[in-house]
Amino acid sequence: MARRMTTVLTASGMALVVFVFAATLMLTDGLQKTLVATGSSDNVIVIRKGSQSEVQSGVERLQANIVEIQPEIATGSDSRRLLAKELVVLINLPKRGSNKPANVVIRGTGTASLTLRHQVRLIEGRMPRPGSAEIMAGASIARRFKGAGIGEHLRFGMRDWTVVGIFDAGTTGFNSEIWGDVDQLMQAFRRPVYSSVLFRLADSDSFEKFKERIESDPRLTLEAKREPRYYLDQSEAMSKFLGILGMTLTVIFSLGAIIGAMITMYATVANRVAEIGTLRALGFQRSSILAAFLSEALLLGLIGGLAGVFCASFMQLITISTMNWQTFSELAFSFRLTAATILKSIGFSLLMGLAGGLVPAVRAGQMSIVDALRES
Amino acid sequence: MESETGIVTIRNVTKSYRRGSQVVPVLEDISFGIRSGEFLALMGPSGSGKSTLLNLIAGIDKVDSGSISIGGCEITTLSDSELAGWRAVNVGFVFQFYNLIPVLTAYENVELPLLLTRLTRRERREHVEAALDIVSLSDRMDHRPSQLSGGQQQRVAIARAVVTDPAILVADEPTGDLDRVSAGEILSLMDHLVRDFQKTIIMVTHDPRAAEKAHVIRHLEKGLLTDG
Ligand SMILES: Nc1ncnc2c1ncn2[C@@H]1O[C@H](COP(=O)(O)OP(=O)(O)O)[C@@H](O)[C@H]1O
Ligand SMILES: [Mg+2]
Repeated sequence: MARRMTTVLTASGMALVVFVFAATLMLTDGLQKTLVATGSSDNVIVIRKGSQSEVQSGVERLQANIVEIQPEIATGSDSRRLLAKELVVLINLPKRGSNKPANVVIRGTGTASLTLRHQVRLIEGRMPRPGSAEIMAGASIARRFKGAGIGEHLRFGMRDWTVVGIFDAGTTGFNSEIWGDVDQLMQAFRRPVYSSVLFRLADSDSFEKFKERIESDPRLTLEAKREPRYYLDQSEAMSKFLGILGMTLTVIFSLGAIIGAMITMYATVANRVAEIGTLRALGFQRSSILAAFLSEALLLGLIGGLAGVFCASFMQLITISTMNWQTFSELAFSFRLTAATILKSIGFSLLMGLAGGLVPAVRAGQMSIVDALRES
Repeated sequence: MESETGIVTIRNVTKSYRRGSQVVPVLEDISFGIRSGEFLALMGPSGSGKSTLLNLIAGIDKVDSGSISIGGCEITTLSDSELAGWRAVNVGFVFQFYNLIPVLTAYENVELPLLLTRLTRRERREHVEAALDIVSLSDRMDHRPSQLSGGQQQRVAIARAVVTDPAILVADEPTGDLDRVSAGEILSLMDHLVRDFQKTIIMVTHDPRAAEKAHVIRHLEKGLLTDG
C-alpha cells in the first residue's frame, strides 16, 4: 500500500515535469503561430536597415515614394497600388476596471492597409474616414481598454479620437492595435517619417529582385522582408526567453522526478529480491531481470508522461495576454499542442524513467542469486 | 567412491564466505558422488553448510576450489550466463518458502521455466497441465498463491520444478514450513518422483521423517562430511 503511494507520487511528479515541459513548448508554438499567422507570404514589409521592428524603424517620405514606384507592386481592383505607408506608435492607455495603464500599438494606415491584411475584418461599425479623427480598434483592445469600445472616445496625441469601428484579426497580433488615418496620426504625434511601407507583390517570385534593388540603391537605407519572415524574426527573442525559462524549470523539476523514480525503483527492487533470486535460479539471465525492471521504469515514465500531456492539453483553453517585447505592446496568444510536442514530451518522460530506473535495474541484475534467496 | 552410474560427482570442494575482513570457511574438502535416481538427504545442525553445498550442486553459487560434475558437465567451469542456461534445462528447485510469484496464478507460476524454452503456447499448456496433474492440483490452476494453503503452494512449486523434466531436483528444507500432514504429502510426492519418474533428488532437511524416505543420508558438521 505504501509502495503504491510512492509509485503514484513518483508518476505525479513526472507528470508535473512533463506538464511544465509541454506547456513551455506549447507556449512557444502558440506565440510563433500568432506572430507568423500575422503575415502573408505575398506581402513585403520595408523598414529601415538594421531595425528589428516597425517601432524602431523610420522611413523618410522621400524614400517611401521611391519604394512606391517600384514595378513589383501589385495593383488592386480600384487600379491603385496595393501599398500602405504606415506609422506605428506606442502609447499608454488605461485598462477597463483596474484603470492600470498598458501599452497599445497605434497604427497609422492608408486605404490599402485593410486589403493587405486578409485576416483583418471589420465586425462592427464602419471604417474611419480618411482625413478625420476617427479610429477603429482591434476586438481585444475594445474589450480591455477604457474608451476603446465603439462610439467611445480616446485621448492621445493631444487630440480626442472617436472609435467608429471594431475589427477582428483572428489570432493575429493586429487584434491588439488601434488603426487610424496615417496623416492625421503623424500630425498628432509630430512624426515626420513613416515607420514602414507594406505592399503586395504582383508576382510572388519577384521578391528577390525587388529586395536586391532596394537594398543596393544608394539613395535608400532600407531593407525588405517577406511578412512571415518579419514576424518570425520578431518572435525569436521572446521564444528564446520563454524556452530558456521553461527549460530551466524543467531541468530543476526533472532532477527531482528522476530522484523520485530512483527511490521508487529501488523500493520495487528491494520488494522483489526473493522473486529476483527465484527467477535467476530458474534460469532467467541477468539481462532479463535488468530488462524487466527497466521496462517497469519506462512504464512509470510513460504513465507520468501521458498524465502530464493530458493535463497540458487543457492549457489550450487558456489565452495569455502578455507584452510583446519588440513592440512593447499587449499581445494575446494561446498555448498550442502539436504532435511534435506530444512526442517530445513522451520521449522526455521515458528518458526520465530510464534515468531513474537504470541504477536500480542494474543492481537487480547484478544481485547474487544466493544473497537474493537468503535475504527473503 | 564414484559409481558407474554417478550423475553428480563432487571432488575436493571448498567454499568460504567473506564477512567484512574475516574469511569464514563453510565447506572444507567435500568429496562424494550421487547416483542417478538416488534420493539423498543432507542433514546436520544449522549453519553446517548444507544449503551452501546444495546451492553449489544446483549451480547458483560458485566453489572456491574443487570441481562439481553433473551428468558429465563440469559446471564449475561454466560462466554465469552458461550456468543460467544449464540450470534451466537440468535442475528443478524447491524452496522452504515455496518462492512462488505472488501476482501469477498457479498455472503461470508453473509455466515460468517453459518461457525459457522454444515450446509453443500449446505445447507449454500440455506440459503445465501434466505437471499440475502429477501434484494433483489441476483444479487449482487459476488460483493465486495467496489463495492456496502452504502444502498446496509447495505442490505448485514442485510442479514448477518438474515441468521442464530436469534430471535433478534440489530441495532446501521443503517441509520446513509445513504441518505434519502437508509435509507427509510433499514427501510422498518426492518419493513418487524418484520411483516413477527416475528423478534424482537432493534434499536438505532437519526432519527425521523426511530422512526416512531418503535412500542415502549424509551428515554435515562444521563444513565436513561426517560419514561416507
Ligand atoms: N552469502 C553468505 N554470506 C556470508 N555468509 C554466509 C553466506 N551463506 C552462508 N553463510 C554462512 O555459511 C555458513 C553455512 O550456511 P548454510 O549453508 O546456510 O548452513 P545451513 O544451511 O546448514 O544452515 C553459516 O555460518 C552462514 O552464516
Ligand atoms: Mg540452510
